[in-house]
Amino acid sequence: MTADPHGTGQHGVASGGLILPRYERPDGVHPPLNSPEYRSSQLRAPAQPLVPMPQWLTEVTGPLLGAERVTAADSDLTTRHPGEPLGERIIVTGRVLDSGGRPVPDTLVEIWQANSAGRYAHRVDDHPAPLDPNFDGAGRCLTDADGRYRFVTVKPGAYPWRNHLNAWRPAHIHFSLFGRAFTQRLVTQMYFPGDPLFAQDPIFNSVPDPKARERMIARFELSLTEPDWALGFEWDIVLRGPSATVFETQEDA
Amino acid sequence: MSLPITPSQTVGPFLAIVLPWPDGPFVVPEGTAGAITITGQVFDGAGQPVTDALIETWQADPDSRFDHPDDPRGAARPAAAGFRGFGRCPTDASGQYRIVTLRPGSLPCPAGGTEAPHLDVSVFSRGLLDRVVTRIYFPDQAEANAADPVLSAIGDQARRGTLIASAVPGGEPGQFRFDIRLRGDRETVFFDV
Ligand SMILES: [Fe+3]
Repeated sequence: MTADPHGTGQHGVASGGLILPRYERPDGVHPPLNSPEYRSSQLRAPAQPLVPMPQWLTEVTGPLLGAERVTAADSDLTTRHPGEPLGERIIVTGRVLDSGGRPVPDTLVEIWQANSAGRYAHRVDDHPAPLDPNFDGAGRCLTDADGRYRFVTVKPGAYPWRNHLNAWRPAHIHFSLFGRAFTQRLVTQMYFPGDPLFAQDPIFNSVPDPKARERMIARFELSLTEPDWALGFEWDIVLRGPSATVFETQEDA
Repeated sequence: MSLPITPSQTVGPFLAIVLPWPDGPFVVPEGTAGAITITGQVFDGAGQPVTDALIETWQADPDSRFDHPDDPRGAARPAAAGFRGFGRCPTDASGQYRIVTLRPGSLPCPAGGTEAPHLDVSVFSRGLLDRVVTRIYFPDQAEANAADPVLSAIGDQARRGTLIASAVPGGEPGQFRFDIRLRGDRETVFFDV
């Protein structure tokens, strides 16, 4: 039977039961929860092995949060205050796709980041770098029909943290994505090309596969750059996708 | 075409800049008839409250349906006005979260059998490089819980118990408590989904 992932609900109901899409389990892509180099994982990562869970109705569905969550202004982090934030103005755009190459439309993308000095507008950030009254670092948008998102912001600064002596986070933007199913939920970070801080960062390096690490780095893209105004970066995000063919998931039972 | 997926990274300590929504904890608007409340604390491996976590819940509506095209029974609008199926709440200074929702219905399994009423839960926090996933079941559904394939697959009785909420002692009906222990003593069961 051919799947209709994210389609019009034309799934069949087999004589034996329900036919559900099936999301591939990624192997060796996500960081291990127990990553001792990242110190705060030691008290928070589960010690017991994860228990395999079937992908049934609750897992193959998910919140389809729509336009009511965002306004057009939410995707421009540089225009929400009386003045312009300091820093290099940048455009960050790309597509949200699934592993089958299909765009994920109408999905909520939420981002947060430090200002250009490397300071978060958050009470627990005590890094002695200046706050910027014109920058709060929060953004939201919905992907369009092609799965594309687009933010205008400023390049975040690197910042120190207490993981180890002289520890610095490479510049990054935090991303939160829903996709269309509980199995697709993803929180990640986007990095900038050529950052000299990658080698010493245990969070970036918690991803074991160097090729997978590269997929967290945006690409500078001259054609996205708007002359005399903002630098362009492109970053596609790939969520787990439903397999092209679905079967009764008997082996899950 | 097969594209390799984007790796997960930790939500870090500053998720509160954007992720909490004013209406996040309200899967249904406050005051909805039949609404239940699930509160709990998140603890780390030293037994300390985790004050910078985010809890998300996802569940069927009381009629066992999802307003979603990939439900092969067809997307169904929930009977209760404003029911979103999804809840989101950051933990506070005592590590506590709260979700206001309706009881989910039980669900048919693809190859037969029935899942007891449950909520799927994602926990995000600094120190977690990927979300951890658990489930909340209800203490007054002993028979349905005993027949639930996901619960039954957990052999250890004490571990299975970490997935079952408790009635709040002396609380109104419909007030439940579900603590989450990320690591160590009485560690919550977490799933690989
Ligand atoms: Fe950060």
